[in-house]
Amino acid sequence: MTAYIVRRIFAVLPVMAVVALFVFFLLRFAPGDPAAIIAGEDATNEAIEAVRAKLGLDRPMVEQFAFWIWRLLHGDLGVSIFSNLPVTRLIAQRLEPTAALTLATLFVSVAMAVPIGVVAAWKARKIADRLVMGFAVMGFAVPTFVLAYVLIYFFAVRWQMLPVQGYNPIGQGFGPFVESLILPSLALGITYMALIARITRASMLEVLQQDYIRTANAKGLATDRVLLLHALKNAAVPIVTVIGIGIALLISGVVITETVFNIPGLGRLTVDAVLKRDYPIVQGLILVFAAAKVFLNLLIDISYAFLDPRIRY
Amino acid sequence: MSAATLLEVRDLHTQFNTLDGVVRAVDGVSFDLARGETLGIVGESGCGKSVTALSILRLIPPETGRIASGSIHFEGHDLATLPEDEMKRLRGHRISMIFQEPMTSLNPVLTVGTQIAENVVRHLGVSWKAARERAFEMLDLVRIADARRRLDEYPHQLSGGMRQRVMIAMALSCDPQVLIADEPTTALDVTIQAQILDLMLELKEKTGTAIVLITHDLGVVAETAERVVVMYAGRKVEEAPVMALFERPLHPYTRGLMAAIPRLDVDAESGGRRPRLQEIPGLVPRLTQPIVGCAFASRCGLATDRCRAEAPPVVDAGGGHTVACWEARV
Repeated sequence: MTAYIVRRIFAVLPVMAVVALFVFFLLRFAPGDPAAIIAGEDATNEAIEAVRAKLGLDRPMVEQFAFWIWRLLHGDLGVSIFSNLPVTRLIAQRLEPTAALTLATLFVSVAMAVPIGVVAAWKARKIADRLVMGFAVMGFAVPTFVLAYVLIYFFAVRWQMLPVQGYNPIGQGFGPFVESLILPSLALGITYMALIARITRASMLEVLQQDYIRTANAKGLATDRVLLLHALKNAAVPIVTVIGIGIALLISGVVITETVFNIPGLGRLTVDAVLKRDYPIVQGLILVFAAAKVFLNLLIDISYAFLDPRIRY
Repeated sequence: MSAATLLEVRDLHTQFNTLDGVVRAVDGVSFDLARGETLGIVGESGCGKSVTALSILRLIPPETGRIASGSIHFEGHDLATLPEDEMKRLRGHRISMIFQEPMTSLNPVLTVGTQIAENVVRHLGVSWKAARERAFEMLDLVRIADARRRLDEYPHQLSGGMRQRVMIAMALSCDPQVLIADEPTTALDVTIQAQILDLMLELKEKTGTAIVLITHDLGVVAETAERVVVMYAGRKVEEAPVMALFERPLHPYTRGLMAAIPRLDVDAESGGRRPRLQEIPGLVPRLTQPIVGCAFASRCGLATDRCRAEAPPVVDAGGGHTVACWEARV
């Protein structure tokens, strides 16, 4: 098991290297001359040259890359073109709302989707199953922003149960913090929940046909033990895999959700930076999102070893 | 029901709903099981022997199948109608079952120790620690070497024969009155088959558990069972003490089964060659239509018009030997 985990951790390194390479060339392959874009439309040739020298763009490519990696390894992602603030600081300021939103969504979605998927499989083709499957189809069909406005209209405007938008940092009290996350998490999580519930149902249905489930029933075990231990543990690998794949869904969804709910997080920062072509910020954000995705997938890879004793590669 | 009778199955009908209609997998089967007895149930694939076993434990998948009528008396209960929660307390405790496929019948993601101990915790209400100790004793009893270490191993680390030993250990962990073994050796090598059968018989002597042994293999029945029920197309066609059945098979189907056993002895009339293997001509009737008359009539060389029109009653041939055949000379 330890050898497996160590191997998985080392497998992350080449992935992150490829990401870094991609992010580096993003700026170089951007349309037009980055120095000219950065210097602005009315800049003189001297001003453009000055920007080029400042960014090190006049150096050979290999040297630029080595220099960029060197700074990256020291936690230096460069400075914003427009605000001149360090990108690391800009990202750090916006990290909390996004981390809170994604983790809350991840947690709530998994905690709700897996049980309803299990119930759907257990009550296959009965009314509970049809309700779950109906919900899953709707969850896929309704876009995040539509659902977000529907939720805001009912829960915030009509019934005034929850705030319309905005974010309350956890430092200012847990109650308001949770309140400000409920609607965004639901809006962001619905597709994710639908995905997880469907896979849970499919995987459980297959496992429930297996001989060892008949053995468990022949032992007279309680239904919850048969379902939640004997069946779910066997069904877990595909479920956990789709939880991992879905993280990409959350990351792209967070940009929309933060915009609709006016949450000052990384999603908003991304939208703003892309619109202004603030390349150093975009680079930094891609790195952060990629690292988050790679890290969560690493956790999922490691969880396989705990879920299935036969996995040893 | 006499004092010696442990399990009494009466006129059991188990049916399945399929796209082709209702399949009468078990169509009016009755038999008794005495305390400490080994009863063999034989028949070819699809004759309803496994469904009979699953019916006793009420493990017929409720979406497709059901016990349509009949009774299964055991320890003062009728298992055909017992509420599900009481049935769950009997399964694995008073009646347990082992299956044909040791490779797939154990849960691949739980340790052997957990799978045995959970049965003990569930039914005997002891602590996990005590149950684990019981699991160790059971593994030792079924002669698994290094039992202490094996408790923490997963099924994929064990051979097929060892897995079937684990199944037996699990099934016997709560001292059941009845052990139902559904083709317990079919998936195993011949040498391992003999070991597993010997083990089952030895444990039966030790614990007094009655065994219902379901098999298509008359050789296994001859070696292990005391009494035999022969099934055909969901019905019982013959029942007899094992010696009586092999000495004097009365039903044409039973005789056909025995003729279909390959023999090694040389037949003088055929010029020193082995006799040709006898097969039973024809096919098992479709079970989606009610069978009129004797189920075996269409394949039977002795069949008369009466056989095709009227189901034969069960006739007593003496000495506990019964047969359902119009033409049998009892």
